[in-house]
Amino acid sequence: MAAVDPAAFKAGVRIGMPAAKAQAMISGLHLVDADPRGDASSIERLALWMLRQYTPVVAMDSPDGIVMDTEGADHLRGGELPMLTGLVNALRGHGLHARGAIADTWGSAHAMARATRREVIIVPVGETAKSVVDLPISSLRLPSDIVSGLAVLGFRTVGELSTTPRAPLALRFGPEVGRRLDQMFGRVVEPIDPIRTADLIEVTRSFSEPIGAAETIAKYIGKLVVELCAALEMRGQGVRRADLIIYRVDNTLQSLRAGTAKSVRDIPRLTKLLCSSIENIDPGFGIEKLSLAATMIEPFEEKQSISSLVEETIVDVTPLLDSFGNRGQRMYRLAPVESDVPERNVGRVSPIAAKLGQAWPTRWPRPSRMLARPERIEVIAVTPDHPPASMTWRGRRRRIKRGDGPERVFGEWWVRSSEMEAVRDYYSVEDEDGNRFWVYRSGDGVDPATGTAKWFLHGIYG
Amino acid sequence: MPITAANPVISELQDRIRRLEGGTARKCEVLSFGIAEIDAKLPGGGLARGALHEVAGGGADAVHGAAAALFVAGIVARTKGDVLWCLTRPDLFAPALAQAGLHHDRVIYVEADREEDVLTNFEEGLRFGGLGAVVAELVRLPMTASRRLQLAAEASGTIGIALRRWRRPMEAADFGQPTAATTRWRISVLPSEPLPVPGIGRARWLAELIRARAGEAAEFEIGACDATGRISLSPHAVNGQDQARRSRNFA
Repeated sequence: MAAVDPAAFKAGVRIGMPAAKAQAMISGLHLVDADPRGDASSIERLALWMLRQYTPVVAMDSPDGIVMDTEGADHLRGGELPMLTGLVNALRGHGLHARGAIADTWGSAHAMARATRREVIIVPVGETAKSVVDLPISSLRLPSDIVSGLAVLGFRTVGELSTTPRAPLALRFGPEVGRRLDQMFGRVVEPIDPIRTADLIEVTRSFSEPIGAAETIAKYIGKLVVELCAALEMRGQGVRRADLIIYRVDNTLQSLRAGTAKSVRDIPRLTKLLCSSIENIDPGFGIEKLSLAATMIEPFEEKQSISSLVEETIVDVTPLLDSFGNRGQRMYRLAPVESDVPERNVGRVSPIAAKLGQAWPTRWPRPSRMLARPERIEVIAVTPDHPPASMTWRGRRRRIKRGDGPERVFGEWWVRSSEMEAVRDYYSVEDEDGNRFWVYRSGDGVDPATGTAKWFLHGIYG
Repeated sequence: MPITAANPVISELQDRIRRLEGGTARKCEVLSFGIAEIDAKLPGGGLARGALHEVAGGGADAVHGAAAALFVAGIVARTKGDVLWCLTRPDLFAPALAQAGLHHDRVIYVEADREEDVLTNFEEGLRFGGLGAVVAELVRLPMTASRRLQLAAEASGTIGIALRRWRRPMEAADFGQPTAATTRWRISVLPSEPLPVPGIGRARWLAELIRARAGEAAEFEIGACDATGRISLSPHAVNGQDQARRSRNFA
């Protein structure tokens, strides 16, 4: 038994059980031959996808996992938790059931992801030792004969094993047990060798003497970018994502990723993007090798810039957007969406999306600030179609001098069926000091089916 | 300014000062409001491009900055090119900005989680040089930061507008702290223009020019931005009543 599905697990089938025993337990058990080679190749494809999408350092954690070094890459996805949940959800969207864990070391993340049932686990920095104590020894990535030998001796958890003197263990089982324990607790570094494909454009530079100064690193980044761009030019491609991997003398890696909104083959621009995060590099005892890979490439179109004699040149803002994007800022433009409900009629589009030039059809004045969600107000108003005479918002009562409306907005039954009959009547009102607000009454003021007749403040006019 | 025009000695001295402080050939391009009364109060006859300007809301608007945002939208609508709007609280309603003449295709919003990131984005946008204008909604604007922003704007010639928004009305006293901004405005709402019929007329603002480098403080009653981002000098209250009466007769 190499793998079981949840139904089989419930029936008592376990991994490692002989197939005959399982068949004896359950009649009509559906057995599929294990295909390690096919599994490995699909995991490799998955790893390559993650390499492009998530982080520069991705490797296969055979036989059934993928390991990623996410340090310095999580901010692009809004932090560790959103990144990991997003990843697990994306995989579920493809019909893959995955569990993810982020921890200080490869060993502990491997164990956490396999030993618990939760889909997403994040071990805070420095709490590895505390969190792995109760994990079973089978999660230590040891050969199965060592695991069963340890079980015979009565070891069950990683915690028990780690407090036992090493010498007798090493004498009986060899150095493997101590090495795996040290790797899990982070006492021994375990570099991840990033996955590479044949068609990946990668340029590297090794140093005879380790380098460490920021200026030196910047100089060599510049040289690598020139080489990379030359290689890209041969293929007529431009880079969308470039990864710089830094190999330090103490056998650890660090990585930097620079992404661009459009495909780029511009040497100064790429150099600037990569050098902008140079302060995040910790050279430690020195860097012995730098490697720059174009993880995501796209065809690059050469364009002639318009002569300034004829037309005004349109400034390309993508370099600026790239530098914002690499610092994890959210960029967007707002565009009209066909909806009468105010909170739905503005949509976010990519800042480099085509400019369609549509406009909002309304001629009614709109407030310049909208509250994130409408706030309840107490009003005195003549129903059904007069603006309020006074309103109390955030504890302050205001007398309304002028008002306009109603502007009726109907619920969109094609979005939510509960909005079938919903109605909002919007009024713009102005108080004695000239403050103008956009308020609405839920319902048409006559028929209770259309709304609760409660009043809300939705926006503030300038 | 009539005094300097009359006195050649002073204007010569001013020229010399400008030459001393302003580097070699600093362009003194301005973006005028198109209203003689307001432009006359501003050195150069308008808001200097390549400079930092500060706009805040007055009264309750110090928190929401609704009128201030529209005033800024009206200014940047009259520039050319893309506009970068850096913010932390995404509560702007784009249709309103479009009604003030700032087409939504031109505005790129950059949303940050932290106030410091807004400052960084603001400065980076100003340094980039290819944008029509850069707007940032800021709570705090320390002297050093504003100096950096002013220098960045000078270097690229992009107009930078810091839209000050506080979290509580009490904190608006911070607006008294000096910054390196070239001009400083406070926009408060006034009762709208009266209409002969029930309803709300064109919005009116009190625009206080609190500080202008090499200029004087002033205040204006203005009518809110029209569809091309232009403000108008509001007729005085007396005139307003006059007009209202006339139109009522007319009606």
